[in-house]
Amino acid sequence: MQCRQREEKQAKMSNETRIVITGIGLTAPNGNNLTEFRQNLLAGKSGVGKIETHYMGEVIAGICHFDPLKYQGKKEVRRGTRAGSIAIYCANEAVVDSKLALTSVDKSRIGIYLGVTEHGNVETENEVYNIKQFDYNVDLWSHHHNPRTVANNPAGEITLNMGITGPHYTLGAACAAGSIGIIQGLQMLLLGEVDLALAGGVSETPNTFGVFAAFKNEGALASHPNPQKACRPFDKSRNGIVVSEGGCIYVLEKLSAALARGARIYGEIVGYAINSDASDFILPNPQRQSECMRLALRKAGISPGDIDIINTHATGTREGDKAECQAIRGAFGEDTEVYINNTKSFIGHTMGAAGALELVGNLPSFEDNIAHQTINVDDLEPDCAFKNLVINEPKKVDKVDYILNNSFGMLGLNSVLVVKRFSE
Amino acid sequence: MKSDEIRAMILEVIHQIVPDEDLSNLKGDVRIRDQIEMDSMDFLDIMMELRKRYGIKVPEEDYMQLSTLDGSVAYLEPLMKGI
Repeated sequence: MQCRQREEKQAKMSNETRIVITGIGLTAPNGNNLTEFRQNLLAGKSGVGKIETHYMGEVIAGICHFDPLKYQGKKEVRRGTRAGSIAIYCANEAVVDSKLALTSVDKSRIGIYLGVTEHGNVETENEVYNIKQFDYNVDLWSHHHNPRTVANNPAGEITLNMGITGPHYTLGAACAAGSIGIIQGLQMLLLGEVDLALAGGVSETPNTFGVFAAFKNEGALASHPNPQKACRPFDKSRNGIVVSEGGCIYVLEKLSAALARGARIYGEIVGYAINSDASDFILPNPQRQSECMRLALRKAGISPGDIDIINTHATGTREGDKAECQAIRGAFGEDTEVYINNTKSFIGHTMGAAGALELVGNLPSFEDNIAHQTINVDDLEPDCAFKNLVINEPKKVDKVDYILNNSFGMLGLNSVLVVKRFSE
Repeated sequence: MKSDEIRAMILEVIHQIVPDEDLSNLKGDVRIRDQIEMDSMDFLDIMMELRKRYGIKVPEEDYMQLSTLDGSVAYLEPLMKGI
């Protein structure tokens, strides 16, 4: 009897330290829920197009087409930011998807942890553009500027919309932000700071012109006669980044709570790591990226051979894609047979959302055993060749138990997540 | 602008700022913020719009005079005679 009680106690404690994904809300240039997103990934359907920007004219970008009025009034949309609208849409969708009734949950025990690449650029650039017609008279500068540009704005707008009184903040983590938002949510659950975490990332970046201009002048902005073919990770003719907006928020809970309410579990986060290159403002460091992947695997208690799918960060830059492939070889071996894919080829770079959104597009693989492809690879870069690089067509695989997702950001910030197919 | 044109303009500006509100039964002599959901930031939006469209700068000490629709029309009519 004592032995069984000890075993039950150990199992219960273990369920207190396991974190699972029980709800997903997303908007991507090619889908506004996981079903639509996954369908379009498997169908090879891009969501990239063209938009008009201030000063730069027409540019290639990925724009989302969710209905902001689904969860907001018109005044809320007007008062807030695009990032806020995206965050509110994704948070509400995630909670609905989780089948949690917010009325039955202590809202002071819900935390919101959102990664952003940047925030405030859109509002500031727009205001400067607006007052230009009034001879730059700052008497006409918007009184909404400050609440719109504080870095916590997207997370804060969720609290206003959903009446959540727990902690909220954003994490500034460049292109690794979505991944780091999830890690923060997981850590806060383990610390007991909250009982529920809405975690992920958002981006409103295409509404700026400055980011486009800077990438262009850096020689890193993608161009192609066909916008849908502009983002070309691993292809010899790749020439840069497609700037996109998007959002993805996960409901994260302790396993004990998820089991108690009979929640659907998309996957379990079993490993993660964050580190820094400490080498360059922009150029990636493959060695540090390898170290980050190895650290995440170590934390997960698994070896590289256990990973079934690596979802890459690769943005379509000449150097970044090669560096990541070198890093993967460093962590997984020269002859690795792991399946490797890329989501940015479909939707462009969704900046703060990327880490969360790209991982989520792979989670259905646990059930359907399909690794989605990387599109736009017409002529494979030799340095990016792997035995099981999945290109142009999805690949049916024997089993998917572990997915590893890479996210790498400027100033050499690296983040890796490992998610396991849930089994009790 | 005549008083009925000013009234229509104010209602149009309010509608732009609080598009979810029904303005069809707005009483002229009752505080606007007691009739619809409008906060102090929305009021500042109205002041900003008057400045941008017509160059009319309303000093802060005069804000109370624009708390009703009738009050707003009465305040703006002399300032908008030549517009």
